[in-house]
Amino acid sequence: MKLTLNIWRQASEADKGAMHTYDLDNVSPDMSFLEMLDVLNEELNASGEEPIAFDSDCREGICGMCGLMINGEPHGPEVTTTCQLHMRSFKDGDEITIEPWRSSAFPVVKDLCVDRSSFDRIIQQGGYISVNTGSAPEAHSIQVPKEAADRAFDVATCIGCGACVAACPNGSASLFMGAKITHLGELPQGQAERDTRVVNMVGQHDHEGFGGCTNIGECTAACPKEIPLDVISQLNRDLRMAMKHGH
Amino acid sequence: MTNDMPDTTLAADPSPDAPGDATDDAVGYYTPGDPIRDTKAPEGPIAERWQTRKFEARLVNPANRRKLSVIIVGTGLAGASAAATLGEAGYEVKSFCYQDSPRRAHSIAAQGGINAAKNYKEDGDSVHRLFYDTVKGGDYRSRESNVYRLAEVSTNIIDQCVAQGVPFAREYGGLLDNRSFGGVQVSRTFYARGQTGQQLLIGAYQALERQVAAGTVTTYTRHEMLELIVVDGKARGIIARDMVTGEVQTHLADVVVLASGGYGNVFYLSTNAMGCNVTATWRAHRKGAYMANPCYTQIHPTCIPVSGSHQSKLTLMSESLRNDGRIWVPKKKADCAKDPREIPEEDRDYYLERIYPSFGNLVPRDIASRAAKYQCDDGRGVGPEVDGVRRGVYLDFADAIARLGRDAVEEKYGNLFDMYARITGEDPYSLPMRIYPAVHYVMGGLWVDYDLQSTIPGLFVTGEANFSDHGANRLGASALMQGLADGYFVLPHTIRDYLADGPFEKLAADHPAVLEAEQSVKSRIDHFMTVGGSRSVDSYHRELGHIMWEYCGMERSEDGLKKAIDLIRTLKDDFYRNVKVLGTADSLNQSLEKAGRVADFFELGELMCIDALNRRESCGGHFRAESQTEDGEALRHDDQFAYVAAWEFGGDDEQPILHKEDLVYTAIEMKQRSYK
Repeated sequence: MKLTLNIWRQASEADKGAMHTYDLDNVSPDMSFLEMLDVLNEELNASGEEPIAFDSDCREGICGMCGLMINGEPHGPEVTTTCQLHMRSFKDGDEITIEPWRSSAFPVVKDLCVDRSSFDRIIQQGGYISVNTGSAPEAHSIQVPKEAADRAFDVATCIGCGACVAACPNGSASLFMGAKITHLGELPQGQAERDTRVVNMVGQHDHEGFGGCTNIGECTAACPKEIPLDVISQLNRDLRMAMKHGH
Repeated sequence: MTNDMPDTTLAADPSPDAPGDATDDAVGYYTPGDPIRDTKAPEGPIAERWQTRKFEARLVNPANRRKLSVIIVGTGLAGASAAATLGEAGYEVKSFCYQDSPRRAHSIAAQGGINAAKNYKEDGDSVHRLFYDTVKGGDYRSRESNVYRLAEVSTNIIDQCVAQGVPFAREYGGLLDNRSFGGVQVSRTFYARGQTGQQLLIGAYQALERQVAAGTVTTYTRHEMLELIVVDGKARGIIARDMVTGEVQTHLADVVVLASGGYGNVFYLSTNAMGCNVTATWRAHRKGAYMANPCYTQIHPTCIPVSGSHQSKLTLMSESLRNDGRIWVPKKKADCAKDPREIPEEDRDYYLERIYPSFGNLVPRDIASRAAKYQCDDGRGVGPEVDGVRRGVYLDFADAIARLGRDAVEEKYGNLFDMYARITGEDPYSLPMRIYPAVHYVMGGLWVDYDLQSTIPGLFVTGEANFSDHGANRLGASALMQGLADGYFVLPHTIRDYLADGPFEKLAADHPAVLEAEQSVKSRIDHFMTVGGSRSVDSYHRELGHIMWEYCGMERSEDGLKKAIDLIRTLKDDFYRNVKVLGTADSLNQSLEKAGRVADFFELGELMCIDALNRRESCGGHFRAESQTEDGEALRHDDQFAYVAAWEFGGDDEQPILHKEDLVYTAIEMKQRSYK
């Protein structure tokens, strides 16, 4: 099939950036979306134009490195990551607009690559259980009810791609944060730091310039791992409890 | 490789080559070197060696630790766990990764699980049995003392990960669930649905980020190590490029750890992530670290086939699919393009069931992989033609669905079927899946001693980047185990013995060895930016991968390997003269990054072929056409090849130097496997 691609190009964070239009022919429906961009890049390279920078690594939908706004939707029209989106989701003659994640907390590095280190800094503020190597008790000394273990797992599947932020009209990272709060909060091991975790992570989240949550739900609709919206309720509940406990 | 297969004690070598009359196909390609006699493992009973080593390894006073600096390259399981643990101990740690966050390293993609000798099922498992299975699975080409230690610390890993909050699967009573994996007869695999690697890595990543907050670890994301700094024979730092600004930076330390993963991407197409590369370890190899058994490659039989020349990577599906799926190809070449549902039963060749009646579709990975290749080479492959050949075989669930019902099949394999449908656009419930083997893991890597120290003092190597524990083949669910064993429980003990001599003399940034390393990196970058050729980096990489897959893939032969070496040398020369890298060196430039990696893959690829040429036997993932039984099964030659091949860099355009480390088995008897 033949496509018209409108792609955001920006030389560096300081550069203003602009949309560029490219025509691409002979696109196979079996290509992944990123393979389609690989093919475009080979053509650009051959014609002497610098290839378009975009992030990807595992290309199996698990590392969270890829992520593009495709026709205004994070990761495009399917509930999956950009790398798992295939060209059979498009048709001959389509015009596709491709942009980087749009969020002031994710500055553009180049073209379609953004800096998501703000997520790492949120995790640094409490997205863990403090246990030094070697100090762990025997694994079977901790029993976890299956329901709690399953819910913890379901929300621990977050891949940190940032689609939730890109989708949110407020630019909030509440779904990302709520997933971690819920994962660790469901487990007996996570109780000791439950209050400080939520207070410190929310503090860092706001400091990074992410917006507040107003329960719109675009985040969960865009999430390739289908993290449910109720993790944000959990986040708010945990924050209220922590404040009640004097934090 | 499955390992519950019957085996026969090898009474006499059935090799056609008489012992002592070893043929060495690699004569003229390498220089013989001195054997390696000391692996630094303590003496004594195998079960006591690790305790002995931990006791004998000198301690470092807590007050001195913050004066000692450690560089760790890579943030997968082996790197992140080491960085977190050494940070907790109080050392000054610098952690590097090429991704935008440490959480994205490729350990994250491991699906199956992690082995540990907990014996929670009371089914006869033990440290000794895990040790035995791992040595046997590695086809008796791994080092006993290291493997025993791996089995020994495996139980600590589960404790640690549970305490971190890793959401392992649990039973209704709230205790951990286990499953049997890769054909072993005990249930020792811990898992988190099909995403065990992700959950373990996030656990290690969180521990790492906790240390960042504590100020003991500094992370350098989007940084790529491009050279090792060696001063007075010791590893003292790295040259790294900031991939965003292009700045070439010098980072000095008392010790360097490489946890930079495997080099499966030398084949271009593999199940590795796009960025996985050999540069960190290869640069160290060029500076004196031996590369061990580089030809040992694991090829996984149940991957989704290539769909066209645009293919950028391959995706693995759990081999549990072979428990219920039946593998076949059409008997008649004319049927290959037909809808498989229209091919009647009598025109189908269930070749694994036919050739291996007792194991059928469950034969080990390497046998299943090779058999698929033979069918496709014979013109009976299915699926789209790519470069004139159909490379795929059917994995058919029609019988399973008829026998168990669609719901039961969906319950067991639903997520894999969804993944297949998403990638291929075909519905595996109504149409047989198509599968083909793909490179998945490399057992070879930098040579390390019992302390995980390379032949360069002060350079330690962990995880897939070293050669240490898997011999010629790795068991399922053992890669995660090794990465975390090395990083959490082995390296932190052995590295302190080295650091007890530190802090080492402070190095000036303008020390000649530092400047030389920095200059060589800059020269390489300048070369790629100014060569002004006409072919893209990817096109070279793809062609190299094709050579490697064709001649150094599932089956290797003397003629093929020699041809491959010639082809690689020619292509490499052309690459340096004709590669085209646009953009600038002082900004994010993905073509430039790839150019450096592909340049190192050329050199590695050649060494892999020489190693494969030297090893005229079939063992584990390495199959030499010249070394098989009359039935076409792999044939080891323990009298000639029970050694680790540790290669020393001989210089540009010089032959590599082969050092042999003899493998001596005292706790386990060597046996030859049989599957018929």
